[in-house]
Amino acid sequence: MAQLTCTNLTLRYGENVLVRGLSFEVNAGDYLCIVGENGSGKSTLVRTLLHLQAPAEGKIEAGDGLYANEIGYLPQQTLVQRDFPASVREIVLSGCQSRMGLRPFYNKEEKALAQENMEKMDITHLADRCYRELSGGQQQRVLLARALCATRKLLFLDEPVSGLDPKATAEMYELIERLNRKEHITIIMVSHDIHAALRYATHILHIEENVFFGTKYDYIKSPIGRYFMKLHHGKMDIRSGKSDKEKDLSRIPAMNTNMVKGGE
Amino acid sequence: MGFFETLVSYLAFPFVRYALIVGVLTALCSSLLGVTLVLKRFSFIGDGLSHVAFGAIAIASVLNLSNEMLFVLPATVVCAVLLLRTGSNTKIKGDAAIAMISVGALAVGYLLMHLFSTSTNLSGDVCSTLFGSTSILTLTLGEVILCVILSIAVICVFVAFYHKIFAVTFDESFAMAVGTNVNRYNLMIAVIIAVIIVLAMNLVGSLLISALVIFPALSAMRVFKSFFSVTICSAILSVVCTLIGMIISIVGGTPVGSTIVAVDIAAFLAFAIVGKVRGE
Repeated sequence: MAQLTCTNLTLRYGENVLVRGLSFEVNAGDYLCIVGENGSGKSTLVRTLLHLQAPAEGKIEAGDGLYANEIGYLPQQTLVQRDFPASVREIVLSGCQSRMGLRPFYNKEEKALAQENMEKMDITHLADRCYRELSGGQQQRVLLARALCATRKLLFLDEPVSGLDPKATAEMYELIERLNRKEHITIIMVSHDIHAALRYATHILHIEENVFFGTKYDYIKSPIGRYFMKLHHGKMDIRSGKSDKEKDLSRIPAMNTNMVKGGE
Repeated sequence: MGFFETLVSYLAFPFVRYALIVGVLTALCSSLLGVTLVLKRFSFIGDGLSHVAFGAIAIASVLNLSNEMLFVLPATVVCAVLLLRTGSNTKIKGDAAIAMISVGALAVGYLLMHLFSTSTNLSGDVCSTLFGSTSILTLTLGEVILCVILSIAVICVFVAFYHKIFAVTFDESFAMAVGTNVNRYNLMIAVIIAVIIVLAMNLVGSLLISALVIFPALSAMRVFKSFFSVTICSAILSVVCTLIGMIISIVGGTPVGSTIVAVDIAAFLAFAIVGKVRGE
């Protein structure tokens, strides 16, 4: 069974219906990129998948041993966080909040888990630094470590490279890819960056009037995919139709960092 | 007579000792949630609630209640819950509701006191409710005990839910996504704020409460970098500033509330300078 199955979802923002009849599923180990123009309903979809708001219609089912509170989430940064006095260690530890229940303090395992994830994200040397003094890329790695404390299975990333410089963007994508390949964590990422989506993702969900869902290879062949890539000046040399993803991925040209679009 | 002899002679009076106990506890409690309040943009709720508390005191004094706190506390807590409810729907509506309730409570409170007060010194009563003036020095033993119990309750709840409060303040969406009941903790924070405001009314009066809550947190944030150190520093700073302010006002005969806030402001300036120097 799939980790996440959505059937016939309708998404609404206020009175406006954004998307109707949205169905897709995410299996363990998938790397799904959700693309689409601003206002198309990407953020609403993520909020719905995270149970932060109820779908107008349709249902979301978790399966494959995934519990609703086993989801890691990397939200977009908020204004509050800009001047928040908190050390990196405190923030990463807060990823364990759903494990502690009503216990008032974090126990040894949770502290060890936070330490382990800080090492994974290579931010151990920043543990006692103040979050607001870090660079954008470092801040995202802190939030990623926190998300990893909450899950071993599924990560939601909402515009993870928005506002990062090209170098930090490339590093972020590599980190995410490593988590997907080595730790077998399912990735669901909202992105503006169609090039990165095509380079890293296994599946694409394109939200607009005609929703597309399928593997990356089908997307490239589809009219909407071609149109969207043209829109973003993408001339991708991808040989589609191969079943061996690894082999195929290696043929995709290295991402041209100049083409990376930051968020808006 | 020197400064210390004067102080020691004053300490012989039980009401001065009561005042110091209540002052220290109130200062400690009010500083704990300062960071959360400032960062969650909740400070306006605190301000609104303090006006509500003023209205409630007016009603209590019109009704001639013997222990005003027993009426003011529930009334303020109920308003805190209501304000949070409206605040969570849409932003503008919530802001407008808070402005409406807080100004409305001020006006109606003064009107009630004017129409029904049996006191001969109305402006003195109003002044003492708004600015605290001398109410800290006229506490009865019952009020002191109630104050001590409430402060201990606030401190215990804060310690027990410290990590949750941090998580909810730092990132509400993440907390919600991993299954933390954010609404329940927001409600808890609002109720604690209401209790703190009622506690602090005696010390600084309803107009100056926000200063007591916000200044220590803002000062500590200039210098310290982690949530834990900021919390500890603002608690210590708040207690020290309040003690200094109270002693100055007792010995020098200045109004208690405004003296404490003046000391808080001085501390803020000092911390801001230290922060600047360190930053460079």
